[in-house]
Amino acid sequence: MSTAPEGAVASPEAPAAPFASGIVGTRLKRREDPALLTGESRFIADLAVPGALHLALVRSTVAHARVTGIDLSAARAMPGVVAAYTGADLAGDYAPLPCGWVVTPDMKSPPHLPVANGTVNYVGDAVAVVVARSEYEAHDAAEAVIVDYETLPAVVDLEEAARDRTVIHDDLGTNVSYTWHFASDEAAVDAAFAAAAHTVSERYVQQRLVPSAMEPRGVVVVPQPIGGDFTVYSSTQIPHILKVLLALTAGVDETHLRVVAPSVGGGFGCKLDVYAEEVLALVLARKLRQPVRWVEERSEASHSTIQGRGQVQHIELAAEADGRITAVRVKLLADMGAYLQLVTPGIPILGAFLYGGVYDVPAYSVSCTSVFTNKTPTDAYRGAGRPEATYAIERAVESLARQVGVDPVEIRRRNYIAADKFPYHSVTGFDYDSGNYAGALDKCLALAGYEQLRAEQARRREAGERVQLGLGLSSYFEMCGLAPSRMWAAQGYTAGGWEAATVRVLPTGKVQVVTGTAPHGQGHETSWSMIVADRLGVSPDDIDVLHSDTAVAPYGLDTYGSRSLSVGGSAIYLATDRVIDKARRIAAHLLEAAEEDLEYTGGAFNVKGTPGRSVALGTIAFEAFTAHNLPEGEEPNLEASCHWDPPNYTYPFGTHLAVVEVDTETGGVRLDRYVAVDDCGNQINPLIVEGQIHGGIVQGAAQALWEEAVYDDDGNLLSATMMDYLVPSAAEVPSFETGQTVTPSPTNPMGVKGIGEAGTIGAAPAVINAIVDALSPYGVTDIAMPATPERVWRAIRTATKEASA
Amino acid sequence: MDVTLTVNGTTRTDSIEDRLLLVHYLRDVAGLTGTNIGCDTSSCGACTVHVNGESVKSCTMLAAQADGTEVTTIEGLGGADGTLHPMQEAFREHHGLQCGYCTPGMVMAAVSLLEEHPHPTEAEVREGLEGNLCRCTGYHNIVKAVLAAATSAPAAS
Repeated sequence: MSTAPEGAVASPEAPAAPFASGIVGTRLKRREDPALLTGESRFIADLAVPGALHLALVRSTVAHARVTGIDLSAARAMPGVVAAYTGADLAGDYAPLPCGWVVTPDMKSPPHLPVANGTVNYVGDAVAVVVARSEYEAHDAAEAVIVDYETLPAVVDLEEAARDRTVIHDDLGTNVSYTWHFASDEAAVDAAFAAAAHTVSERYVQQRLVPSAMEPRGVVVVPQPIGGDFTVYSSTQIPHILKVLLALTAGVDETHLRVVAPSVGGGFGCKLDVYAEEVLALVLARKLRQPVRWVEERSEASHSTIQGRGQVQHIELAAEADGRITAVRVKLLADMGAYLQLVTPGIPILGAFLYGGVYDVPAYSVSCTSVFTNKTPTDAYRGAGRPEATYAIERAVESLARQVGVDPVEIRRRNYIAADKFPYHSVTGFDYDSGNYAGALDKCLALAGYEQLRAEQARRREAGERVQLGLGLSSYFEMCGLAPSRMWAAQGYTAGGWEAATVRVLPTGKVQVVTGTAPHGQGHETSWSMIVADRLGVSPDDIDVLHSDTAVAPYGLDTYGSRSLSVGGSAIYLATDRVIDKARRIAAHLLEAAEEDLEYTGGAFNVKGTPGRSVALGTIAFEAFTAHNLPEGEEPNLEASCHWDPPNYTYPFGTHLAVVEVDTETGGVRLDRYVAVDDCGNQINPLIVEGQIHGGIVQGAAQALWEEAVYDDDGNLLSATMMDYLVPSAAEVPSFETGQTVTPSPTNPMGVKGIGEAGTIGAAPAVINAIVDALSPYGVTDIAMPATPERVWRAIRTATKEASA
Repeated sequence: MDVTLTVNGTTRTDSIEDRLLLVHYLRDVAGLTGTNIGCDTSSCGACTVHVNGESVKSCTMLAAQADGTEVTTIEGLGGADGTLHPMQEAFREHHGLQCGYCTPGMVMAAVSLLEEHPHPTEAEVREGLEGNLCRCTGYHNIVKAVLAAATSAPAAS
């Protein structure tokens, strides 16, 4: 890592050398690990709260029905049962669950009650609750609740829902929540298509995915003995947002709520929500004046935790004879599920501006129609809108390559936004911060040995071998670092995108860092301590990172959208600089020197050119604490805060290459190699960056090959357990070959971008492109996700039949 | 009914409900919450412990069936002085965990794997850990950690 000039405060204009010492950029082992490795960490289900009552939900077994009767009497008579309620009983205890994204002013959103009252709209919709003294007793009693349903027709298919032949929510009069449209210049798009030498028109389906964080959700609400306060422990990614919205939904004064996220076992977006069970635990704890606990079961999670994706995409490209893209036109149909959860309607919009991908696209049009179905609500799942966009454009450019008759590498080279065009003002109005797309491609091809792989592929084709080789590229980018508050306002999001940090040097010289980010596997404690250690010149071991507790960290907007480092880390970086500024004033006073004559190195201020005249940070902190001898007007204590609102998004990018072997007789696909070159700007801890990439790749590859929330025609989820929904194991995937390029972002002081979603965004199109590539001699041009052996086998047979017909 | 188990070296007798699962016994009766629950179908392996030295998904077994056995959980794997077991150390060294929820089960399964196959190939490690799911790491660093632990362990006699 290069060294910044001493005393220089890295500005957004000069981010290339933002770190002073050798700590940042090293593969420091994580401080989080010992407790997690020994079972000492406390996840939500591990919190032992004396006297806690257990909540179980009775869930609808039908997708769409009027509830004509609920008999709680048997349940109430069961051992250990304390209370049982219907939706009608609880109607006065809460407001409907919140949706925080208003995509269009006329967006329709049906009231989403924590317990349905009258009509149920998906399998899993809650119809009653039971509270008992033990978890076993609560579940036993829930099974004794008798519910009568008058079944209504279920609307399951997305395109059928859009036809409005059956309307799910009577009061809305339509299944369409909103129709949204953006065009750079519609006439220019039409003209480009009219003049095009090549056009591509593709339809892709983004199947629904079950996020499957290894820890199911859970919540424990403890009424405090004095003052009417409630502490809400939840397995959530968003303790801060949850506090505000619980206060509004349950009608509890925000000052009487404290939300704590204990160790959280993964989120991937599915814990970025305000859920019925969180509201219920709070209002029942208030009603019963006892702690209330709910822990989700896995088969329950498949229904009651949001699902991801769920889109039908139409993408069209217009191109010149040499394959240069002249326009992109996209029409999306997005599945909201039965209700709008916290950011459900905004997910397709997060990707909607990105269907031009990493290419220099002069004309662009996108529209999105979002519809209700009788299924579990969708919401953010790793990448949230951006994997969908990347999939469509990266599949479509390969179709274009086939049409033009050039290699997938060449079609990309002809269309990339050139490295010298950054910052790049895109046709959508967004400014891409920095990029070198061809650089990542070159590195990926070299790492993979692309030419040798093509030669091996040709050999197998020539020999007519049963197992064919396929190479699939994906050059992705994404818009992350969510988000500049004013830009988010323009997109209809109701909150901001800033992040808060406080850095304090305690009297003993130990450092406390308070962050508004809420980690759940990302290693923030390690990375944030590295940033501060670097700036302050102290050991990371002397730094404690406090997070995920609204009593300790009152301000924050939490963790999602690859925002924590670029937004939260920047707040920490700048707060640390403010601490140094204050320390410098005190040091100047103590050393009787001018501030500009001081240099800060190794955790101490020295008078330039006067060896021996120095004062250590710990000494300054103690002076600030006693306040016996501070400069005139200086406030006691050595602490500073920063609320950082980023001026722009960040745009990480990279090129991935999937190498697959396809058994043409069985349709079986084996992921043989996976080469990923990613650029997330400057890196704080490459060990953590690589881990994020590895996990992301498997989630993206899993969408391509294995995972699908399968519903029957009546709206029953058929893949509701881990027996039926294939979350891949170690046996399904290879080790990965990763490389990097480093193109710092100019929009934040550390030049960082974000890496949490990149692997997932890049992987699905790379894998499907590889399968299509393997089968192109058979005439196969498309495979639906997930590319099961049956689908691949049928695609080969269908294409072969068509060719011989 | 009454059951007597030796858990992490301590023998204890408890009166339990017949239907109590071993994992609930360990977590709720013995208070050892390091063993996590990730599914209802014995698919994820988060609850893997050792029963008489064999790795077992503790949600698949009734506490009653474990009567008279010796059970080791993640809390009993390291040294009494708090030192990490070489497998725990390898997971840390190679960043084989992120959120850490699957980790206790994954580590217990990996220890058991090396006891049966002290010097596995990468493919054998992947096959051997097939019953344990992780959503964060993509397995790359888990496999690396297990192979490293195998290399650093004394050769099998």
